[in-house]
Amino acid sequence: MSNQANTSDIQFRQASVEYNFGFLDEYAKKEVRRSVLKAIAIPGYQVPYSSREMPMGRGFGTGGLQLTLSLIGKQDTLKVIDQGSDDSVNAVNLRSFIEMTCPGIDTTTKVSEANLIQSRHRIPEQALREDQVLVLQVPYPDALVVVEPSEDKRKIMHGEADYSRLLVKLYEDIVKFDEITISHRYPTRINRHYVIDSSPIPRWDVPKMNDSRALILLGAGREKKIYAVPPYTLAEPLEFDDVPFRVESFDDETDKRRTCHRCGCDHSFLDEFVDAISGEKLYQCSDSDYCDEQLKARSVKQGLEG
Amino acid sequence: MSNEKVLEVRNLSKVYGKGCAKCFESTGPEHNTNICPHCGSIVAAHDISFDLYKGEILGIMGESGSGKSTSVKNLFFDEIPTSGQATFFDDGKQYDLFSLNAQQKRHLRNHRFGMVYQNPVLGLNFNVSAGGNIAERLLMSNLTNYSEIRARAIELLRRTEVLTERMDEMPKNFSGGMQQRVQIAKALATNPPLLFLDEVTTGLDLSVQAAILDLIMEIQRESQTAMIVVTHDLGVIRLLAGRTIVMKYGRIIETGLTDQILEDPQDAYTQRLVASAL
Amino acid sequence: MGYVAIKGGGKAISGAEKLLEFVRTRQGQSAEPLDLDTIENQLYFLHSRIMSEGGLFHPKLASLAIKQSLGDTLEASFALRAYRSTKPRLVESPVLDTSSMRVIRRISASFKDIPGGQMLGASSDYALRLMRTELLDESPEAFKAVAAKWLDENRHDDIPDTFPKVLDALREEGLLPPVDEAAAEKKPFDITREPLVFPVPRSAALSTMARSETGSILAIAYSNMRGYGDIHPTVAELRVGYLPVMLPHPITGELIEVGEVLMTECEVVAMYEDEEDGGKPTFSLGYGACFGHNEVKAISMSILDRALQSGMKNGPTNPSEDPEFVLLHIDGIDSMGFCTHYKMPHYVTFQSDMDRLRTTQDKHDDKHDDKNPGADNV
Repeated sequence: MSNQANTSDIQFRQASVEYNFGFLDEYAKKEVRRSVLKAIAIPGYQVPYSSREMPMGRGFGTGGLQLTLSLIGKQDTLKVIDQGSDDSVNAVNLRSFIEMTCPGIDTTTKVSEANLIQSRHRIPEQALREDQVLVLQVPYPDALVVVEPSEDKRKIMHGEADYSRLLVKLYEDIVKFDEITISHRYPTRINRHYVIDSSPIPRWDVPKMNDSRALILLGAGREKKIYAVPPYTLAEPLEFDDVPFRVESFDDETDKRRTCHRCGCDHSFLDEFVDAISGEKLYQCSDSDYCDEQLKARSVKQGLEG
Repeated sequence: MSNEKVLEVRNLSKVYGKGCAKCFESTGPEHNTNICPHCGSIVAAHDISFDLYKGEILGIMGESGSGKSTSVKNLFFDEIPTSGQATFFDDGKQYDLFSLNAQQKRHLRNHRFGMVYQNPVLGLNFNVSAGGNIAERLLMSNLTNYSEIRARAIELLRRTEVLTERMDEMPKNFSGGMQQRVQIAKALATNPPLLFLDEVTTGLDLSVQAAILDLIMEIQRESQTAMIVVTHDLGVIRLLAGRTIVMKYGRIIETGLTDQILEDPQDAYTQRLVASAL
Repeated sequence: MGYVAIKGGGKAISGAEKLLEFVRTRQGQSAEPLDLDTIENQLYFLHSRIMSEGGLFHPKLASLAIKQSLGDTLEASFALRAYRSTKPRLVESPVLDTSSMRVIRRISASFKDIPGGQMLGASSDYALRLMRTELLDESPEAFKAVAAKWLDENRHDDIPDTFPKVLDALREEGLLPPVDEAAAEKKPFDITREPLVFPVPRSAALSTMARSETGSILAIAYSNMRGYGDIHPTVAELRVGYLPVMLPHPITGELIEVGEVLMTECEVVAMYEDEEDGGKPTFSLGYGACFGHNEVKAISMSILDRALQSGMKNGPTNPSEDPEFVLLHIDGIDSMGFCTHYKMPHYVTFQSDMDRLRTTQDKHDDKHDDKNPGADNV
């Protein structure tokens, strides 16, 4: 099932004819794939690669895009999401470009149907399978950038697994605020050595990296790095024994867990927004596909009960 | 003082500049210079050899330019020596210091050595609180419990007589003496068997100096840490060091028990130093 | 109620594109569409800038890039660069000698007179920056007459095509170190094929700067000129002209000229330094070059080349001498992309931020209700 691209016919035909399948030349794709293999072989290590300029801006997912274009083939089914939704502007933009330059691929909004998922800022709620690959878009690949601006010095720190300055930052946070205040991009140790920037996924999604059945690839186009969390690998968010890592809370003032107003889900990451008409504050599943599935399940259940 | 050797230094030399074949023979106390007249290089230290035993404090005394700080900087891996050997004995193992790789050096630096600099800016992280400085050292040694880290930091600060109510303040708000105490607490955080102290009381008020020297002696009594104290102050040598090395223009000119050197100095320069002490 | 908040993303993008097209063409019948030749000629310096920042010498596509971007230099360079990015590499030319450049402008600030003479060329350096109101109503006839008149009045067959290099004269006198032949043989670092992993060789720094965004590189060079640096440069030679591109014949291997590229080249001479091996001190050299006619960029580049060499040798003492600081922040495509990305949705990460703040605020309230002092927090 292929979604109709939202671009003019002429552009579509032009792109398919003028460009190689997947837009990138085969040399570029090979280099990306080699970098991926190295990244899997050294979990959490940032592999430098010569990131190509793409027709969308740096910061718009060119790293994730290069990964997807280097891996995708005509037999693959692609899902692209941003903020958890297929319909968000960034996802629409990327998906139509990929469809334009990879004629013959299938695209879907259902996690269960995709085997390649490119995402900005979320990991899908539904657990992934061994045959799936998740590509995450990354602005800052290096967790140490917050304590050391020089890349040269950071490389040495990573090589020696010297994360004391980062841990001290966490210590100082607890002293000041009684809490680790890092919200997204939570520093996470992979396979007991390299600490990665888990990318701007919320803390909510960090536990999904640990012992994941699917391969997780992270691409930073502007910073020109690829890194990976291989399947069935330890991914441990930095914490203290007595100040453990915690995910976001969705409890209301009475300590009751909020639910999605649409599907009733009480265990997903919720978007908070103000209803344009009524002015009331509403909560809704960030993961649109998951919301659809929950809604379907709920109406089936109601149908059975009704 | 035990017979257990902690450190053995042999023929340590450090030359700044490109060096030439005549550097060593043209510099030193007989030539009244450590600058080579042929190539302009500075022979900061040459042929430095000494031993250090568990529980003892060795003093390295000399005036500015004598090479005393240089020697210690090379042992703490702040600099790379031009030649020489140094062996560190720890827990039944031996380490040939100058042939270790960067990671091995860092490990010793973080876990088995302590260093207190004259200038706290070199020894403290000014972007982090006093307690955080100590935590940084503890975190390098894989302590993972926040309360334990905090408790240990408090214990160390109490030990070095820093007000624990101020442990979350930034070092720049502390007086010079207080900053030195924090440095000492930080250096001791990992219970290192070897401690380097480089002119740690120079520039401080006399009463503050006295308090810090007292502290150093107490620490030595309690934990039997081997120490190297670098200073130009005879008073500090007299108080702290059991044995002393006197350096001039990069060479050792006299070595022996502190009492002997101070009572009966052999070298003319040492005699002048002792005589001119107030 | 349907799934809210971000529905219609696809339609919005399509609408925005159409609206931008409308803005581009809203003059409607009262105007002609921009002509690519007009852009190349009447917006000559803008055109040069786009070729140099896009990193591709292609006059027609550079004009198109400007036209489709409605004159946004960052977007235009981006379009050209993205186009270049997918082109296959067919062949590499040997290192080209700029003394073979067909020169249209050539000056030196180091000497009053230089072999061959100072040739100002088309330059605004000495122009008064007054508004030329006579151009407000420029008629097509007046426009056409200017070029015709100039060509009539100016027939200078005695101006040579090429000029010797000022630097060669300095080298002969021993004021500059001799050319490092070994360095000239080394293959240059290809920044389009290899990522920058510091420390990088000088060729990597120069090629990064060659396609840098003009304003960005100017700002950092300016910081050096103003005092965050110690270069004290003098322009030995600035030349603008057409450099013949030589490629080997596919069968005979003989080098043949296949075309020319317009480019700007600047060589500055800077403070002398002692030689480490005790040799005679000489002036040090800074080099800058880029596609098109872009003098500010070439001069800035040559100053930063010197600053970076100094920084690599002695350790950087200011940002303009720090290779990481300079080379990672002057690429217009990287910088504008990241700047622009902040306009994209960030509400999931913001939700996460709000959670942190709310939790911290709650704890703050709890703490201040119980009045617990600081260090008892063990």
